[in-house]
Amino acid sequence: MATAPVRIQPKNRVLAWIEERLPILSFLSTHTSEYYAPKNFNLWYYFGSLAMLVLVNQIVTGIFLTMFYKPGADTAFASVEYIMRDVDWGWLIRYMHEVGASMFFIVVYLHMFRGLMYGSYKKPRELIWILGMLIFLALMAEAFMGYVLPWGNMSFWGAKVIISLFGAVPWIGDALVQWIMGDYNPADATLNRFFSLHVIALPLVLLLLVVLHLAALHEVGSNNPDGVEIKKGPKGSRFGADKPADGIPFHPYYTVKDLFGVGFFLVICAFIIFFQPTLGGWFLEHDNFIPANSLVTPAEIKPVWYFTPFYAMLRMIPAKLPGVIIMFVGIAALFLVPWLDRGHVKSVRYRGLGYKIGLGLFAASFVMLGAVGAGLTSEYIPAWFGPTADVTTIENAFGRFWLIVYFACFVGLWAYTYFGWEKTKPVPERVTTHD
Amino acid sequence: MTNSLHFRSVLVRVTVALAGLFLVAGSALAQEGARLEEAGARVTNIASLQSGARTFFNYCSGCHSLKYMRYSRIAQDLQLSDDAVLKNFATADARIGDLAMSAMPDDKAEQWFGKAPPDLSLEARAKGDDWIYTYLKSFYVDPTRPTGWNNTLFPNVSMPFPLWELQGVQTPVYAPAKPGEEPVVEKLELSTPGRLTPAQYDDTVRDLTAFLEYASEPAALQRHAIGVWVLLYLAFFTLLAYLLKHEYWKDVH
Repeated sequence: MATAPVRIQPKNRVLAWIEERLPILSFLSTHTSEYYAPKNFNLWYYFGSLAMLVLVNQIVTGIFLTMFYKPGADTAFASVEYIMRDVDWGWLIRYMHEVGASMFFIVVYLHMFRGLMYGSYKKPRELIWILGMLIFLALMAEAFMGYVLPWGNMSFWGAKVIISLFGAVPWIGDALVQWIMGDYNPADATLNRFFSLHVIALPLVLLLLVVLHLAALHEVGSNNPDGVEIKKGPKGSRFGADKPADGIPFHPYYTVKDLFGVGFFLVICAFIIFFQPTLGGWFLEHDNFIPANSLVTPAEIKPVWYFTPFYAMLRMIPAKLPGVIIMFVGIAALFLVPWLDRGHVKSVRYRGLGYKIGLGLFAASFVMLGAVGAGLTSEYIPAWFGPTADVTTIENAFGRFWLIVYFACFVGLWAYTYFGWEKTKPVPERVTTHD
Repeated sequence: MTNSLHFRSVLVRVTVALAGLFLVAGSALAQEGARLEEAGARVTNIASLQSGARTFFNYCSGCHSLKYMRYSRIAQDLQLSDDAVLKNFATADARIGDLAMSAMPDDKAEQWFGKAPPDLSLEARAKGDDWIYTYLKSFYVDPTRPTGWNNTLFPNVSMPFPLWELQGVQTPVYAPAKPGEEPVVEKLELSTPGRLTPAQYDDTVRDLTAFLEYASEPAALQRHAIGVWVLLYLAFFTLLAYLLKHEYWKDVH
């Protein structure tokens, strides 16, 4: 059932004239005050709107940064310091952009976990999930290229390592790497094309995908923590006899609720921006305050925290091509979740114990792989196992264990539901908070 | 479970998760600083920054530049007059808007030290303030080095130790060496006292570290000052938003 289009007839003659030719108000109304969302959203449902907020923040701050940033191997690093020191409020804009990048991944990861928790990827929302995954891919590309732009030493070496992954492609690998970089090393040409992709190409793709993600969402309607379809439930509420009984208009109810979420979120962001802008080297790394230098390798090359789970997948496999394949499969597997999961119950509240354990293990494996990728394990192993411990062996055992758990979750999800091992609880007819 | 109870339990869980994130970040830093002395430098202490700037321009700026730092910005942020900054800190022909470049030409520097002295604009952000503090307290005499100085934190450093007249001269005490291995410096002893007592020297180095921390991010002064007000404003906004939400949602619950 599609979102019912409403037609607004403004009293104001100018607005009416416009509305007859271009129904903007009708469109807005259809998607806000006439869009009925389940009334039982909980905290997990803040992260979608927060992701939109961060996207807007990245675009607006990015526009201002672009006014002062100078792409180019000789100019990029100095122009970032120029922004940090000589441009009025430049430091604030830059910190908002930098902290925004990390917060983007935090809210997107939580948003994705919400989808897994409440079965928001299941029929009829498979396309919403696929579009969301495409947003995630575009976001990773966008973040990686943005990270290269300040042309610090970690920008350079990070770019070198990540681009060299394409060298694992059989036959054309080396040529492909040179084609991407436009040089034999990350260099001026690389920086300029990444700048172009970062400020124009990928933001356009991201915006388009977000529009499609929302269009698909509004077509089928939002899921909720109980995983019941409010459109299939009883009709009739004080908003109209034909409205879903367990739905409330997105505006004003969820706009004011999201406004509260935005306030809470901004308090956290502002604390980081004003008091911990590098978050101890997690959001801005120490080595990136050293200009790019092809002759000096940082002590440890690692990506920013949000890539570390995938980086660990790469590192835990001893050969390059299989490592790259495992990493891509690790991402691609998420695309398949709507079809791997054969169960008919959406919400974790009514699913079998196996699903709950699997979901917990999946989250744990993601975090643990992140810790391996970030180098936390190699840092703590000597403290826990004594200074003579064989760091590499212990780290590999630990990382590979969680890598197996990560993939076992996908296989397990399919087997658990395909062979009918899951013992689900009865799903209520209506959302649990109805009157 | 009612909606608000559920909401509260999730809120608690998220708070715990966030606290965990900050703990991990903090402990990672602590881990890194295990063999470093804590600088205790305070970038918001203007008197400390002024003292650090004096030390920097007396002892360091002969060789090291702050190529992203303008004299005018130093004057403004450290509450000094332009004239005082030009007279005491700047090179002879510098103007107030100039960048704080050292007078030493790069090619000559490379000839003299084997490596041009690095620019220190971002040293504190790249290495951390504890590293700078410890580094400046870790020099000792070593006749085998071309400059006559070595450093326990940065072995075989090519920089001579310009602060020796303040700290004095430290000599190494070696741990008993295992057969076939080079002896390891166990600790440093002050064999010739300098112009400052050890406590005074620590303060001097702490101030210098604070100045370098400031130089690596002059905006730190602004963000600390503004941040409190931004947080108060946002907290108030969040409260209002909560009350608004509460009012609207009365007829949903």
